[in-house]
Amino acid sequence: MSESQLLDFFLLRQYNIRVVVLGTVLLGIGSAAIGCFAFLRKRSLVGDAVAHAALPGVAVAFMLTGTKNPAVFLVGAAIAGWLSMVAMDAIVRRSKIREDAAIGIVLSVFFGLGILLLTRIQKSGAADQAGLDKFLFGQAASLVTADVMVFGAVSLGLVVGLALLHKEFKTISFNSDFAHSIGLPVRGLELAMTTMLVLAVVVGIQAVGVVLMAAMLITPAAAARYWTDRLTVMILLASIFGAIAGYSGALVSYLAPRMPTGPWIVTAGTLIFLISLLAAPRRGMVARGLRNRRNSRKTLEENILKTLYQLGEEQGGMFNLRTASDVARRRRIPESQALRGLGLLRRSGFVEQANNGWKLTQEGETQGRRVTRLHRLWEVYLTEQVSIAPDHVHDDAESIEHVLTPELELQLEALLNRPTSDPHQRAIPYH
Amino acid sequence: MENDGMQNGNENGRESAQSLAASPLEVHDLTVSYNRRPVLWDIDFTVPEGKLIAVVGPNGAGKSTLIKAAMGLIPSASGYVRFFGRDLSESRQRVAYVPQRTTVDWDFPTDALDVVLMGRYGRLRLFQRPRRADVEAAHQALQKVGMEQFANRQISQLSGGQQQRVFLARALAQDAELYLMDEPFAGVDAATEAAIVELLRQMRASGKTVIVVHHDLQTVQDYFDWVLLLNMRLIAFGPMETTFTNELLQKTYGGRLSLLTEVADLMRHEQRKERDPL
Repeated sequence: MSESQLLDFFLLRQYNIRVVVLGTVLLGIGSAAIGCFAFLRKRSLVGDAVAHAALPGVAVAFMLTGTKNPAVFLVGAAIAGWLSMVAMDAIVRRSKIREDAAIGIVLSVFFGLGILLLTRIQKSGAADQAGLDKFLFGQAASLVTADVMVFGAVSLGLVVGLALLHKEFKTISFNSDFAHSIGLPVRGLELAMTTMLVLAVVVGIQAVGVVLMAAMLITPAAAARYWTDRLTVMILLASIFGAIAGYSGALVSYLAPRMPTGPWIVTAGTLIFLISLLAAPRRGMVARGLRNRRNSRKTLEENILKTLYQLGEEQGGMFNLRTASDVARRRRIPESQALRGLGLLRRSGFVEQANNGWKLTQEGETQGRRVTRLHRLWEVYLTEQVSIAPDHVHDDAESIEHVLTPELELQLEALLNRPTSDPHQRAIPYH
Repeated sequence: MENDGMQNGNENGRESAQSLAASPLEVHDLTVSYNRRPVLWDIDFTVPEGKLIAVVGPNGAGKSTLIKAAMGLIPSASGYVRFFGRDLSESRQRVAYVPQRTTVDWDFPTDALDVVLMGRYGRLRLFQRPRRADVEAAHQALQKVGMEQFANRQISQLSGGQQQRVFLARALAQDAELYLMDEPFAGVDAATEAAIVELLRQMRASGKTVIVVHHDLQTVQDYFDWVLLLNMRLIAFGPMETTFTNELLQKTYGGRLSLLTEVADLMRHEQRKERDPL
């Protein structure tokens, strides 16, 4: 591959590059947008079954007409996809089989039939059979202008349909019973949604293949969900992700025209998903990990301040020096942990280190008193208001003391009439 | 007395259908089955206007089923339901339904205001966007349940009680005359419970009729005016003083109904034998 080749691609210099890029990008957008609703309605696998079910439709369409006209394939795939939907629905309705099993049954039966027919076509040596297998894993390089016109029309149709029916689709996805109760035509809307899903699938399988089509529907939606709590933003993001994945597939198709593009598109989509899973703010794993770390650090710090405060209470001399092993023994934690906590507290100015020990600063004493107070207030609350035995309340208070907000503290104080001692007859230290 | 003949209204059903043509809700000879197993038998009652009504009965008595069947969410085997003397399709805007909070996925990507706004969708045409007045109405509804400051909060970050209030606000935004609420008190905190009770009283004061599936026998008398006792069949329906009696409660919660359950089981077995002769 030369640099000029890449430049050709990125600048869309050649007509056929434009066709392939446009085709896969449009496909990515349309399928990701409708995929959001399949994802949110927890029907992700339905798209997978429909995609697999399209294969026998394509094969039968070829056997009947003997041509490789994309429009004929489309019709065949759409009919088969539709039949699979009807079959799944009927199985769930008329038998005791649940939806997951019905999806599995329909997917494998239709796909098996498709492979059977495909093999038969290949064995029969039909003159023009070559290329039908691209429906398995997709081959974007073989897209022609007519395909892209179809992709474009379908994608546009999907986006316009979703924009028009946004509030209706949102309502039936969130709360279908309610949608029914306000008189929305729920069945009709579901039919529309299903039709849109089938459309997205049947146009997509040429580029991605039936095996991996589901990833085009679901992966962008799953990735987008990590970044936002707003449905419109989610659909928008998913569409962008779908476009990027489609673009990557086109790039591979250009560099290696005989390579199946489906796996590459899916790989790109999966990469986007992994990045989202890790790096998304708030929902991502990194953000969660940091939050957990911050929380456990805060808990450790507060526990040590509380311990120093209680040692001061019990032994007198609130600001006397204590050793790390005093703290560790009282808290029943390893000394290394106590040392780590004390180190953190020194940095934030809550304790000071002198030659042979540690002591609370004024702010440290305030904090230690606060945590002790919250702990005891919560114990009082549990015993008095929730009627839990006094010997059961300590562990609960150990975790609650770190999360109670100042507002809740005030509420607790008011509710309990500012009690003076906890269930173990220890004084509650107020300001 | 306007309510004559509504208790155990089996034989009076037809009569009251005429005399109270504009009743918010009239249920006549309603039978509902799940998987061919009847769960509600021949239910008849006619709801008076402007009352707070509790639907009470043991687990599995069919309380939620009754509401859902009335709203046409599950098919009924026989009987009919009239809202304000008409079919539901002709009185949708006068009826609001509040499903159980736990029946939806609260992780859905949307905020409180948006959920409440759904209460206005019944007034909009297909494709039509909510108007400024609808958004205004949604804000007001949130205010009425004390949730205005959470309007833009993602719904998964609301407490159970707050989620329930959002559901009630959505019903308020519908500005209906009859409200059917499925267990609005289930799993809510004390503050929310008090807020809901206050809300119910305000609704009654402005002439609304509210039917509430309720679980807590302790509070039925405090919160409601009328009570519908249900255990697969209608045990009794009437004003609290005459209906919420030990004898009728015994009948509702006592074990005497086992015969009905047995027959229902039997019917299911028969059906299965027909379909699957083995």
